[in-house]
Amino acid sequence: MFAEATEVATEAVLRSGWFLEHAWAIPVIPALSFFLIIFFGKRMPKKGSEFGVASMLGALVFAGGAAYEWIQRVNGAPEGAFVSPVVKTWTWWQNSGISFGIGQHVDGLTVAILLVVAFISTLVQIYSLEYLRGDRRYTHFFASLTLFSAGMLNMVVAENMIQLILGWEIMGLCSFLLIGHWWEEGANSRAALKAFFTTRTGDIGLLTGTAILFFSANEWTTKTLGVSGFSIRGLSSWALSGDPGHAAITMGAIALFIAAIGKSGQFPLHTWLPDAMAGPTPVSSLLHSSTMVVAGVFLVARLYPVFFKGMDILGGSANFIVVIGGITIVIAALLAFVQTDIKKVLAYSTVSQLGYMMMGLGAGAWLPAVFHIFTHAFFKACLFLGAGSISHSSSHHSFEMKKDMGGLSKFMPITFGTWIISTLALCGVFPFSGFFSKDEIIDNVGHNGYNVFMIVGLTGAFLTAAYMTRATYLTFFGQPRGASAGEHHEEESHDSHAAHDDHADHGHDTHDSHDAHASHGPHESGWLITVPLIILATLALGSGFLNAAPFGEKWENFKKWVEPSAEVINPTGIAYVVGSVGESRVASDTPTDSTIAPTEVATEGEQVAVEDPAASHTEGEALMAEASGEMHHESPCGTETPEQGVCMAPQIHHAPFKWSKAATSMLIVLAGFLLSLFMCIQLYEKKNKKFVGLTERNKALGFGYKLLVNKYYLDVLYEKIIVRSIAHPIAGAVYRFNQKVLDGVVNGAGTTAKGIAGWVYRNIDQRVVDGAVNGTGSVAHGAGSALRPVQSGKVNQYGALLFGAAAIGALVLVIVNT
Amino acid sequence: MLVNQFLILAAVLFCIGVYGVIARKNAVLVLMSIELILNSVNINLLAFSMRNGSLDGHIFALYIIAIAAAEVGVGLAMVLLMYRNRRSIDLDELSEMKG
Repeated sequence: MFAEATEVATEAVLRSGWFLEHAWAIPVIPALSFFLIIFFGKRMPKKGSEFGVASMLGALVFAGGAAYEWIQRVNGAPEGAFVSPVVKTWTWWQNSGISFGIGQHVDGLTVAILLVVAFISTLVQIYSLEYLRGDRRYTHFFASLTLFSAGMLNMVVAENMIQLILGWEIMGLCSFLLIGHWWEEGANSRAALKAFFTTRTGDIGLLTGTAILFFSANEWTTKTLGVSGFSIRGLSSWALSGDPGHAAITMGAIALFIAAIGKSGQFPLHTWLPDAMAGPTPVSSLLHSSTMVVAGVFLVARLYPVFFKGMDILGGSANFIVVIGGITIVIAALLAFVQTDIKKVLAYSTVSQLGYMMMGLGAGAWLPAVFHIFTHAFFKACLFLGAGSISHSSSHHSFEMKKDMGGLSKFMPITFGTWIISTLALCGVFPFSGFFSKDEIIDNVGHNGYNVFMIVGLTGAFLTAAYMTRATYLTFFGQPRGASAGEHHEEESHDSHAAHDDHADHGHDTHDSHDAHASHGPHESGWLITVPLIILATLALGSGFLNAAPFGEKWENFKKWVEPSAEVINPTGIAYVVGSVGESRVASDTPTDSTIAPTEVATEGEQVAVEDPAASHTEGEALMAEASGEMHHESPCGTETPEQGVCMAPQIHHAPFKWSKAATSMLIVLAGFLLSLFMCIQLYEKKNKKFVGLTERNKALGFGYKLLVNKYYLDVLYEKIIVRSIAHPIAGAVYRFNQKVLDGVVNGAGTTAKGIAGWVYRNIDQRVVDGAVNGTGSVAHGAGSALRPVQSGKVNQYGALLFGAAAIGALVLVIVNT
Repeated sequence: MLVNQFLILAAVLFCIGVYGVIARKNAVLVLMSIELILNSVNINLLAFSMRNGSLDGHIFALYIIAIAAAEVGVGLAMVLLMYRNRRSIDLDELSEMKG
């Protein structure tokens, strides 16, 4: 691909490779597999699951290759230089001057999230082989799961907003299908609908935001970069160019953030997330760790310059994103305390962790937030799969901690071990992965001047440690209760998780050989479940070392590979070029020339160098020298308008790591852990009179408890008040309008019409019209009688008449024409 | 080549077809007669197409053949149903639509 000469000509040649160039194939593989499963799945020996697992493995290999090549690309680039993304575009469709592309935009962020999504999806699919064995919609489950991953992967590689929306909506649909997988149960289908409608509420923001940004940015991006106002790189550089008006970019950013609130379960649209637990556990795991809910955070991270400018991040005062993130952290963590369902505890913990990511993004801690997506995926997937393992093998398909669990550490050593590792990672204990990401977020939020939110973050860490201790205690320690103790209480179990009925029954039928939990009590799950758990736990422990700030710069690999440099670059470096370079701008301005042929931006820099070395290369070098000379640390990106060239990322400073700060947060976590442990022992083990029933005796506590149990009455607000206050008055008003106004008009018109009609009846109707009608009638009657014999009902006669008529017609034609 | 010969052949076929449609009582034979009519039209189209040196007529003829196949399929299905219900395919008996 590279000629020798070009390598000599410029030292800034960026390496690329087959996997990077073909990253667009990563979502395509599972998407194709979806159709294979739908059409042929039922006939396959493994009922279609082999397609799902194989396609996710394929996607994983591609993503791994792309990640490796991206690392090579970054390592080959000069220190501090902007490593341009590998972009490809095809025209999807075009109409009246607007063309939508489809393609790939691969940079560090893309590669990191692709890898996580493909990896978690693979493990979840393997886990589902066992977990859903014998399910009645086994094939459809795998089809939806595969399409779900395809949607997320597509969103991650998206080259422009339209493609991103496509992936986003595919995910919305699949989450609906998967949450309502056991739709026979009313609660499950309601949860699916709730998830769908709540996220749809946010999605309005996505469409609005995309439209606002397109119409404000398109002119600039077309002129400067030759790309449309939908493209990610166009929007990113436009946001930092000084061109956008304040109102446009602010409105656009707010609209997009509303979409992120809906998708990522941020306050106040988080209510769908805990209900989404109605789906099968692997779905919860996938949905909560790496796909659906991360989409919103990813959107903010992807178009970070837009939010950076639009929300005035680092502008000195609290902004929309950081406030929402902060509120979410605390309210979700508090809700986790009153849940008895283990999956709901994890769900609220996800909401809370997403709050951290949003808060980090809102406070300018881009890299820690993205890194938190990365680490959170591993330990949260592990926790969910662990909860699934417990319910699958020990608690008789129940997720009730208080009723059906307890003392499981003896019976399920592997599940217990992986759970503990992941819990420590979630709490952010050194040296587990959560520490390196979450602590960095809190640290950077404080460093960037958001002191209130640093305290919010620390409070969140305290609460996280406390509720996870409670959940762990209830699940794994104390005395076994309910189903875990071998009791059979079919009634309750069916009440709470009736959705599993069918599954449970199948379970007994199909794998009696080793899964005999009905008779032998709790035991460890099979290897298809434990192996994914062990892999995920290993990563929950180890993945933090990819960006281990405490050990110095050398360890900050994730930062090096993923964070885009805030260097001012020559627009040709990221431009969309068709054909030869001389015509590039012109060509891309006119949509007719944007042909179906893929355009490779990755190698554009070299092409420029080859074909026009005198002009653009020297200019580029001058820019480069300027950038590395005086602006390496103080890039104008984000703070002022770059004079020459464009910016792709705002300049962000990182907080220097200090052990004293880490120690503070460790102490807070430890305090949370100890307090919670003390309360758990008093409440559940010793049944201390002082504490048991405290919420009933103390009014303030009782009020708080009631508020939490009712989830801050948000559901009531949405379903009873908002829906009703909008729907009912409208219905009432329409009814009154109907009765009073419309009926009045109709009645008035009726009375008038009646008077006129009377006159018309007597004079015109009776005499003129009736005469005519009667006359017509008698004529028709006569004609009918005369023609009746023709309607003999015999086909042949009809045929004869037809041909006779045709013959006469033909004769007439001949006579007329001659 | 004279177009007349083709046209005369087509006219003859057409007349035979029309006669069959009018005079026959057997539904299958009526269907066959309709085929004859269609094919006579095809011959006409081809004849004129040849004379004008254009391909349009050929394409139309192919089109008609395809449609005729579909039409026969439907027709025979109707005949079968008729037979199943009445044990006869005599068209004269089918006069319930008599006015």
